[in-house]
This record gives sequence, C-alpha cells and structure tokens, in this order.
Amino acid sequence: MDLNLLKRRGHDEWHIAPRGKMRVPGVIYATEALIRDMDEKVYEEVTNVATLPGIVNASYAMPDAHWGYGFPIGGVAAFDPDHGGVVSAGGVGFDISCGVRLLRTGLTVEEVQPVKKRLADSLSHRVPAGVGSTGQVRLSNHDMEAMLAGGARWAVGKGYGAHEDLEFIEEQGRMVGAKPEQVSDRAKRRQQDEMGTLGSGNHYLEVQQVVTVHDAEVGAVFGIREGDVVVSIHCGSRGLGHQIGTEFLKSMAVSAARYRVELPDRELACAPINSEIGQEYLGAMRAAINCALANRQILTHLVRGVFADLLPEAQLSLLYDVSHNTCKVEDHVVEGTPTRLFVHRKGATRAFGPGHPELPPSLRSVGQPVLIGGTMGTASYVLVGTEESMALAYGSACHGAGRSMSRHQALRRWHGRDVVKDLESRGILIRSPSMRGIAEEAPGAYKDVSEVVDAADDAKLAKKVARLEPLICIKG
Amino acid sequence: MQSPSSDVGPDTCWEHFTHEADIGVRGIGSTKEAAFEEAGLALTAVVTDPASVSPMQAVTIVCEAPDQELLLVDWLNALVYEMATRNMLFSRFTVRFNDHSLHATAWGEHVEVVRHQPAVEVKGATYTELSVKRDKQGRWIAQCVVDV
Repeated sequence: MDLNLLKRRGHDEWHIAPRGKMRVPGVIYATEALIRDMDEKVYEEVTNVATLPGIVNASYAMPDAHWGYGFPIGGVAAFDPDHGGVVSAGGVGFDISCGVRLLRTGLTVEEVQPVKKRLADSLSHRVPAGVGSTGQVRLSNHDMEAMLAGGARWAVGKGYGAHEDLEFIEEQGRMVGAKPEQVSDRAKRRQQDEMGTLGSGNHYLEVQQVVTVHDAEVGAVFGIREGDVVVSIHCGSRGLGHQIGTEFLKSMAVSAARYRVELPDRELACAPINSEIGQEYLGAMRAAINCALANRQILTHLVRGVFADLLPEAQLSLLYDVSHNTCKVEDHVVEGTPTRLFVHRKGATRAFGPGHPELPPSLRSVGQPVLIGGTMGTASYVLVGTEESMALAYGSACHGAGRSMSRHQALRRWHGRDVVKDLESRGILIRSPSMRGIAEEAPGAYKDVSEVVDAADDAKLAKKVARLEPLICIKG
Repeated sequence: MQSPSSDVGPDTCWEHFTHEADIGVRGIGSTKEAAFEEAGLALTAVVTDPASVSPMQAVTIVCEAPDQELLLVDWLNALVYEMATRNMLFSRFTVRFNDHSLHATAWGEHVEVVRHQPAVEVKGATYTELSVKRDKQGRWIAQCVVDV
C-alpha cells in the first residue's frame, strides 16, 4: 500500500481522511513494513466500508488485514441502528463464527513426547477432517433446531464436554437471538453430515507446546507455563454457515436498492438493521454462530476421548473460545455516550479488556484471552485484551497471519510430502488426507505471524502473553 | 493454473486468477454457455485435477437470478451445494439459458480422497471481481473469486 495515501497518527496507527462518500475515516493499525506489504485493495475495501449507512467512528483494519471480499479480512466496523445502521452478510463472511479455542492439557512436553506419534495417528483417525469427511453426529430435524438455538450449551446437554466449558466460550456458549426458522432447508441439509468435522483449508487441530511466556502474571491467571502442552482447534460453522452467507449475500444485494442503500461494491451487500431482511439475517447468522460453537464443542469431546485413551492423566480444560467472523450487539462509549452498536468483525477477534462484564469472573481482572493462529510450521500466540483496545477498535485484535502467497504459487513451490518430511525433521507431525492441501497451506505461504502479533502488541490492541509452537497438526 | 491447452480450443478454456486469500475462477468460451461451463471446470480445479474426475453420474441444476452476473454466482454456488451435499466432484457440464434462468447438467463422481487428493472445500462464490462480459476478441468471460 502506498504510504502517501495515509496519515500516520502514531507508531502503528494510520488514518485515511474521509473523502467522496466516506462517512467516517479509515484507521489501519500496523507497522510501516506491514502497511507497505498490504495490497492496495485493503485501502479500497476500508474506504468502501466507510461509506455504509450508520457506521460509527471509523472503518478499522487490523495488522493482518488483507484483501477480502467487500470488507477486508481483518476489518472491524460498527453500526448504530438508530442512525440507519446496517448489518452486512459480506461483513461477516461465509464462514460465520469461524474461530479458535485453546485447551490446557495439564501435561508437559516430556510427558507427551513418548506417545506423540500414537497421539497424532489417533487424533487423525478420530477427528474427521478434509473434503467429504463426515461426522458421527446425525441430527434429527428436532435436534437440528435445538442445536441452532442452543450452541455449545446444546452440545454439553448431549454429553459433549463439560458444563464448566461454557463459562469460557463467548456468549457463555449460546448466542441469544438465534432464529433457526430463518435458516433455510438447504443450509440445514448442508450441515446434516458435517457436525463434528474440522473442515479444510486453513482450519486445523494442533497439539502445541508453550515455548515462551511473555507475561508471567497473566500466564498464571490463564494457567499456562513454559513447557506445557495445549490443544488448539480452528474451525467454524461448516456448510450451514457457508450456505447462510451465500443466500443472504444475494438477497441483500438484490434488495439494496429497495432500502436505498448505495453499494460501492456488491460484495458489501447489507440491509438496515431495522428491516425485515436485516432481522432475518441476524436470526440466521446467530443460529450459525451456535452451530460453530456446537461444532467446536463436539470436536473438543473427540479430542478429550483420544487423550483419555493415551494419556489418562490429562485434564483438558478450556482456556477460551473466540469467534472471528461475526456481527454482535455490544455496548460501547461513542463520544462519551454509551451506545448499543452492531459490531462486525471479519477475520478479526474480540479482545475485551480487564473488567469487561462479558468475561468470566476468573479472567475479568486481566482481560480476555486473544488466540491468534499461525501456520503448521511456525507459531501461534495467546494475547490478552487491554483497557486501551476498547477505545481503539471496539476491543478487537487480529486473528492470524494472513497469506503472503496464493494457493497456486504455493502449489508450484512446494510438494506436500516434502513439507511433511521437513516439518517431521523439526519435530512437528502432520496428518492430512490431502498432500495438495498441505502444499497449499505450507508455512512459507503465510506472513510472519510474529510480526503481526508484535504490531498488535505495539498498537495496544492486545498484549502478548505466550508463544505456542506446534508438535502435531491435523489438517483437512 | 489453466486448463491443459491440448484438451480445448483457444477460445474455450478455464483459468484461475490470483486473490490474496482465496482463488479467482474464470471460464472463457465462444458462447456465454461455454464460458459458464468452463467456470464450472475452474471451480472443480480449485479442489482437484478435473482430469481425475470421471463424468459418471448426472445431476440437474436450475437457477434463476435478475442478471447474468448474479446468475454466474448462483450457478457456482449450486455446484458448491451439490458437491457438499452429494460428496461429489464434477468434470463435465452443459449449460443452457432461458431468460433469467439457467438449466444445466453436471456430470461427476463421488469423492475418493486417495485418488482425488481434494485440497480444499469451496465455501461459496463471492461478488469480488465478478463479471460476465465479452472481451475484445468477442470471447465470453465469466469470472469471480470463490471463498475457500
């Protein structure tokens, strides 16, 4: 991105002054190096989002922002329903509530090493992953409705996981306001065989080691120490969310003129929050959030089963579960006035600071765990929300590294088997049904996650707590 | 990635174009029908090599949209839906238009993971870089980015 397009307001804060039809400025949080590497399309998308009705404060982009569709990936924007604010299917994306959860195991690397290979094989065998994989959970029509209304709470009620897990999931495991009746039969059909599946692409299940604790005090509250083994699960609402995104993108694009919403890009398809279609989408999208929460809960249950067989002394407890692609109703202070806003985070995560009432009591003193996924060969990070982040971008932070190279470039450059062999020589076991998939997801195809995390830390969006490195990675 | 030039004429082919996070699919044909058929092949190529997919089983697809660009997105999304719910991959297509509707048959087979090595599932077709138009040589181009 051309730096001349931006005005620097701090070491890691860059502004785009409103021009043309922009209602608010654009704000990008990133280092100079990250900004230089960003596609010009990010600029275009940030400024396009700034033109949408009812947008409040600014159109924000996180340090990992990259060219998305409509909204940038790494984009955050909030809308006020009392000022014509909109909800956007494109602003949430197809993989509704795609997210990451992190489980402590109570084990050290030394305890896991002797069974590492068997653990990798067993996880790969028991956790359905990849194109065409099907889950063991088949839902009746009644159960589908109950799952869409109940989320992870429904899953716990069915025996997947423990009641204690719910406290450490956003919305305490159940998104209120879900309307399963607004989810089409096609979306439900698409989910029929996909409950309890990981998916493909950048989704993963990793067994990781805590290699560095940057903040011992917060690390102690989070219950993570150097040498600990943890498990990360990254996936979303599967086919159901994809289908809801697909259907509402079209109906919002077609109805925009009726609502007199001028779209600079059809992909920004949106509808007034206080409209029939806006409310229908919110009901369906919240049902998809519940689907994602239930899915990660079922996967957690499968992982616990594998650990119970191989490492019975393990205690897999949930540190936290964050969602990346959502629109949520939140209270924020706008020009000194508490205001209820519809906050879109597209490829961005919540990062609520200390004292926030949404946080479980045991974490409230330090802030929300922010889980940032890396690649199968590099690292992931645990951060914590800051007091400052609430005022910077509604308590939001980046969600991952973002690709630096297209899938085709990666496919031309690497062979899946070589990637697996190379990582194995570094002590990282990869299990995947697709070698082409591995090549496309090679670690070198992604940006340096550490640089992105350092930028988030410098900008005070969230503060670094721990660095995790993979021991085992299950990919779709 | 492009269709093998030996298999198709210069005016009928598919290719992928670069998008930072996802993939662009482009069908090129002497008719709009052919461009849509090639876009279907480009979609399959996101997942696997289309040459590895036998056109054994036929699936009928009908969609309707107010304009030809939305119709392309609907067509690709219908294929995504059939791939997901039937656990199939497709390698041969026939497309016909009737006013604002599309009538098509897609031929393919069930996914065999070892043989097809499916790289990624497609979540949906987007409106990014979406266009259906003729180029300077008169060929039809049908393209958009798909989310993977």
